[in-house]
Amino acid sequence: MPSLLEVRDLEVKFALRSGDITAIDGVSFQLDPGERMGLVGESGAGKSVTGFAIINLISKPGYISRGSIHFEGKEISAYPPDKMRKIRGNRISMIFQDPMMTLNPVYTIGFQMIETLKAHRNISKSQARAIALEKLKLVQMPSPEKRLAQYPHELSGGMRQRIIIAISLLADPAIIIADEPTTALDVTIQAEIMDLLQELCENEKMGLMLITHDLGVVSQVTEKIAVMYAGKIIEYGPTETVVHHPVHPYTIGLIGSIPGSIEPGKDLKQIPGMMPTLTNIPPGCAFNPRCELAADICTQQTPVLEEKQNGIMAACHMK
Amino acid sequence: MTTNHTPLLRVQDVVKHFDISGGFLDQLRFKGGIHLEKTTVKAVNNVSLFVNKGETLSVVGESGCGKSTLARVILGLYRPNAGKIFYDGQRIDTLTHEQWLPYRRKMQMIFQDPYASLNPRKTVRQTLEEPLRFHNPKMTSQEAMDKVAYVMEQVGVDPAWIARHPHEFSGGQRQRISIARGLILDPDFIVADEPVSALDVSIQAQILNLLMDLREKHDLTYLFITHDLSVVHHISSRVAVLYLGTLCELASANDLFNEPRHPYTRALLSAIPKIGEKKAKHIKLKGEVPTPVHLPSGCVFHNRCVFARDRCKKEFPRLNELPNGSFVSCHGVEEGWPMA
Ligand SMILES: Nc1ncnc2c1ncn2[C@@H]1O[C@H](COP(=O)(O)OP(=O)(O)OP(=O)(O)O)[C@@H](O)[C@H]1O
Ligand SMILES: Nc1ncnc2c1ncn2[C@@H]1O[C@H](COP(=O)(O)OP(=O)(O)O)[C@@H](O)[C@H]1O
Ligand code: SF4
Ligand code: SF4
Ligand SMILES: [Mg+2]
Ligand SMILES: [Mg+2]
Repeated sequence: MPSLLEVRDLEVKFALRSGDITAIDGVSFQLDPGERMGLVGESGAGKSVTGFAIINLISKPGYISRGSIHFEGKEISAYPPDKMRKIRGNRISMIFQDPMMTLNPVYTIGFQMIETLKAHRNISKSQARAIALEKLKLVQMPSPEKRLAQYPHELSGGMRQRIIIAISLLADPAIIIADEPTTALDVTIQAEIMDLLQELCENEKMGLMLITHDLGVVSQVTEKIAVMYAGKIIEYGPTETVVHHPVHPYTIGLIGSIPGSIEPGKDLKQIPGMMPTLTNIPPGCAFNPRCELAADICTQQTPVLEEKQNGIMAACHMK
Repeated sequence: MTTNHTPLLRVQDVVKHFDISGGFLDQLRFKGGIHLEKTTVKAVNNVSLFVNKGETLSVVGESGCGKSTLARVILGLYRPNAGKIFYDGQRIDTLTHEQWLPYRRKMQMIFQDPYASLNPRKTVRQTLEEPLRFHNPKMTSQEAMDKVAYVMEQVGVDPAWIARHPHEFSGGQRQRISIARGLILDPDFIVADEPVSALDVSIQAQILNLLMDLREKHDLTYLFITHDLSVVHHISSRVAVLYLGTLCELASANDLFNEPRHPYTRALLSAIPKIGEKKAKHIKLKGEVPTPVHLPSGCVFHNRCVFARDRCKKEFPRLNELPNGSFVSCHGVEEGWPMA
């Protein structure tokens, strides 16, 4: 049986005046129904571009230059815009970090939800309203009827993010791609939103691709993790294993950098230097200038993502 | 709140409110006749705390709870509406601009956003030299240069980059430069407002290690403001928890993380996602965070607290000292209500 979503060797480039730069370089992964996957890495690693590529929303001058994206068995990466619109926001929904990217400040919540539904389905206004209410209840929105008449600015950040999730659920999607959905929120609200996403995946058999830089969040919500560095997935495997027995030196460093991973007051493990910019990616393994295990081969050959141990795939010559 | 010795900083019953009523027309109300109504943001309400020499006191709480406002009041950037602030035993909140000068040198601030806090048109050298020359008018240029180079080295920025502008640096390097600016006057006390929040975790670790290292080397005292509780646990000696501008709990980092007492602290800590830990059930809060314009009566946390009783709605809970030296402001803790 084919996966729900299967991304193979995806490459995304940005056509700049100075030449093309590669933002995503041969990324592959898959997602099954009801499965929760985390895409983690530091800013600029390529997490968001990967998410946007799946729904064909990469901003100009970006384009998919190689690879395939199969959704429910069909290759969708080259779908024309009208065909893609049937999938985007319908079968695959996206939640952004900033709720105002989805919400229009001048319309009520109810109007926006009903219009979204009517754009995708041939239903009456009262049917749409009923579905909107049902989804607001599903995300445990307090006094849902009242919300329909409110404007986005009348709601708190946590409530707005709940509305976004409700909107993304309107068409009963098979997959939700959530890009830093709680980064702008306080921890108590973050915990509630994450609970909610997790329950929805379990109850509605929805696939979740959670994009975040927060390994703590990922480790509690997801079943598998892909770690990105400079446009590549460098480690990929079951969350438990990756978090407790990471293989790639970058992942090991990243986990060691988190306060809470070691005794308070002790020096945190730090990775020297910083991630290269896209125009400056070193030859061989992109991590080599920061890696304490780097050997000659690391500057000469690019390591490929391959099975290492405990079901973990990693891209490293020395492991 | 009392201590046996003189703390480096003491904040006593500090209140800071902002009037955001706007003009006459904005204030007009028509409830039962025409009258004017002021709108006040009650950002900090009767906060008392102290910071001992050499320690790191962290102030934590969710967005808008008054952390930055408290920091600004302490540094004399805002005048408090009420309360007193003492630095090394000397009251400082009533000082004139001139009398503040020596304290400006001793007390420094590091900000969250190194983009906003560094002047884009100034080179690193200008940024670092200016305060140095202002506070040490007799210093020669060679002395100033030497000092700048020394501090740059201390924070791990190559002194060869002295003529560069902020945009030529990465986020982490910029934060190092704003730390250098904080250090250049040899301060004793540093208020750091979310100094690592804008940074990626591997860079954040570099900066946290640097801050801890500098504290040792230069005998610094920190007031550290952040919403990131794992960072707090890592670097603090003691922690102050704020909710809606009110101090809930003040305790040693160990006590606070092992045995939080105030219901809000407990909910907050239970919500931290910890890496590698299977999901613990976090404590769900009722309702919504009220705004600091309409503070709830009694305990400001009562509409969200699952343990709230009648008294909580009526009476503001006093800050009580517990046998272990923690301070907690909660009727339930004071009266020993069952709160499992
Ligand atoms: N100059 C000001 N004028 C009016 N209101 C203000 C002013 N400064 C702060 N406030 C308000 O005071 C309250 C406390 O703000 P403060 O910036 O201290 O919060 P904070 O705890 O630092 O939050 P964050 O974690 O988001 O930085 C907020 O409601 C804020 O909107
Ligand atoms: N419109 C664009 N033009 C040029 N480069 C871009 C554009 N959008 C993103 N990039 C680059 O692609 C890389 C990956 O970005 P992104 O996916 O947003 O990172 P992340 O989400 O992991 O922080 C970054 O180096 C970023 O600068
Ligand atoms: S391939 Fe070499 S440089 Fe890259 S992570 Fe492995 S050891 Fe380090
Ligand atoms: S005083 Fe009452 S409402 Fe406030 S935290 Fe304690 S128990 Fe809860
Ligand atoms: Mg992103
Ligand atoms: Mg602040």
